[in-house]
Amino acid sequence: MALLEVSQLDVRFALRQGEVRALRDVNFTLERGERLGIVGESGAGKSVAAFSLLNLIAKPGFIAGGSIKFEGKTLNTMSERGLRKVRGNRISMIFQDPMMTLNPVLSIGEQMVECLKAHRRISTKEARGIALDKLRQVQIPSPEKRLDQYPHELSGGMRQRIIIAIALLLDPDIIIADEPTTALDVTIQAEIMALLLELCEQHNVGLILITHDLGVVSQVTQRMLVMYAGRVIEQGPTREIINDPQHPYTQGLINALPQMATPGEKLNQIRGSMPSLSNLPSGCAFHPRCDFINRADGQPRPACTQQVPDFVDSGNCRVACHMVAEMLEDRRLKEESL
Amino acid sequence: MTTSTPAKAPSRWERLRDSFLWYSFKRDRTAQLCLAVFICLVIAAFSAPLLAPTDPYDLRQIDILASELPPFWIAGADEMYTLGTDAQGRDLLSIILYGTRVSLLIGFGAVALQALLGVTFGLMAGYLGGRVDAFLMRLADIQLSFSTLMVAIVVGAVVKATMGSAFYSQYAVLMLILIIGLAEWPQYARTVRASVLAEKNKEYVDAARVMGLRSRRIMFRHVLPNTLSPIFVISTVQIANAIISEAALSFLGLGMPETHPSLGSLIKAGFDYIQSGSWWITLIPGAVLIVLVLSINLLGDWLRDVMNPRLYKG
Repeated sequence: MALLEVSQLDVRFALRQGEVRALRDVNFTLERGERLGIVGESGAGKSVAAFSLLNLIAKPGFIAGGSIKFEGKTLNTMSERGLRKVRGNRISMIFQDPMMTLNPVLSIGEQMVECLKAHRRISTKEARGIALDKLRQVQIPSPEKRLDQYPHELSGGMRQRIIIAIALLLDPDIIIADEPTTALDVTIQAEIMALLLELCEQHNVGLILITHDLGVVSQVTQRMLVMYAGRVIEQGPTREIINDPQHPYTQGLINALPQMATPGEKLNQIRGSMPSLSNLPSGCAFHPRCDFINRADGQPRPACTQQVPDFVDSGNCRVACHMVAEMLEDRRLKEESL
Repeated sequence: MTTSTPAKAPSRWERLRDSFLWYSFKRDRTAQLCLAVFICLVIAAFSAPLLAPTDPYDLRQIDILASELPPFWIAGADEMYTLGTDAQGRDLLSIILYGTRVSLLIGFGAVALQALLGVTFGLMAGYLGGRVDAFLMRLADIQLSFSTLMVAIVVGAVVKATMGSAFYSQYAVLMLILIIGLAEWPQYARTVRASVLAEKNKEYVDAARVMGLRSRRIMFRHVLPNTLSPIFVISTVQIANAIISEAALSFLGLGMPETHPSLGSLIKAGFDYIQSGSWWITLIPGAVLIVLVLSINLLGDWLRDVMNPRLYKG
């Protein structure tokens, strides 16, 4: 049994204009100590996925269907009391902006002690000891001093280290990191990412890394999901997806990396922008931007504009694309005829 | 890594000395003067039993023959009574000191009650939202549509009718705290709710929820401290308002009885004699009231300027 098992997750927002489906048919599993990447553009539903894992979707959002199983227990039907025991304790989360995640009026020590005391019956002194130990683990300079400092006295990189220390405080099984390095500058990004990776390996912690940085995903994770407009469109081992992307969107993303362009030329891009979730195009949500909706004979593939693609297995990966399905079908027919 | 000596965290006093609050206070003459006046009045009022030459609550010390004596600078004054005496022969200085104490007690007590109710309800309305919010805020609207005076008249009448006026006089201070406190809590609730709505969407609240903390803990320990500055600012205004409300109620005869007068009931008591030339009985307590309220209001103005970052950074 996998540590975390998400199946058919369906998250909706009940807005005045009607219901918007922010996530649909999201399926994945995470084993103990495994690292999973979730990539996609802004608004693809990555952060909604992260929050719904802890059943923390704020109104008007709600989990409309599917299940999130952690150690066999279904989180989305669990009582608030039971959930509190999981949050922070077994599954913790790192947010994007370290400037905003720490409470400005409480000292670092107070925030760490509070988190520990919410889950364990220990004295303040013991809690401070554990906090200090975690601060050492994240290699922060003069950790004793930090406990009594306030967030505004620290730099962005140090704050993110502290947030990682808080995430590790209760020795969780899974850390969800929602764009943990986006708000930092490039040199610090690499340091923080390396630190996070090292600590996860050391403590055998599962990591769900949400990012739009394909470089980071390829270095850190073992498997990945690519999301587009609330759906997973491709998932599988990171190496295979990066080296041989199947879905036209994933291909476009990888092609858009600066290192893929010839020097002196314009960078590659995917034309258009992601549709609004309340007004999705018919059929495959990606078809208005897709360069491959025409078949080999020059005719547009009708399925692309009319029918939401199902997942097809392509090697170790699963891809939701009519073109890939057609190609695989052709190949299968050819092999049969031989 | 440098081997720095572990620097001791700055104490609260050092933090205050380095703060913008202290910096601004040092440069603001009005604020300094007002704080000095206010502190003098508070100390004088609360040490009234030590400072006052006579005990105005002790009937044996009152000489009815010595009534309506003028203050010391007017001919005919008795040097025993610096500020003269009132119509019942009570020493005006003593009774003003005791009266200021009653006024301040009611002012602070009422504001404490307002803040307790208003902050709790405002936090709940803002943080929990939905039906709780709608219910509490409609309650606040209804409360605001009654004037303090009306609440006081109704409560006063009901209590006097059911318990007798002796009971009312005995617990007048508590009654007034209750009335003014209940009448004005929506001011706090609205201010707090507005700041909570702004704070609630910040990431540190999400982070606290992700940590698995309880809602109550997040509300009071994480959100509340971040909404303190508007609470401080309206508190000053509310204290001044509560003192004025109490004076108005007492002036109308709905407040403190004349045996335990507040500044308002002193003004009222003296008002009957203003025509007969004994103006000091009403004007001196009136002046004290004005100085007290003015100093609080000016302090509040200064505090608002300091605590509103838009005013000094813009």
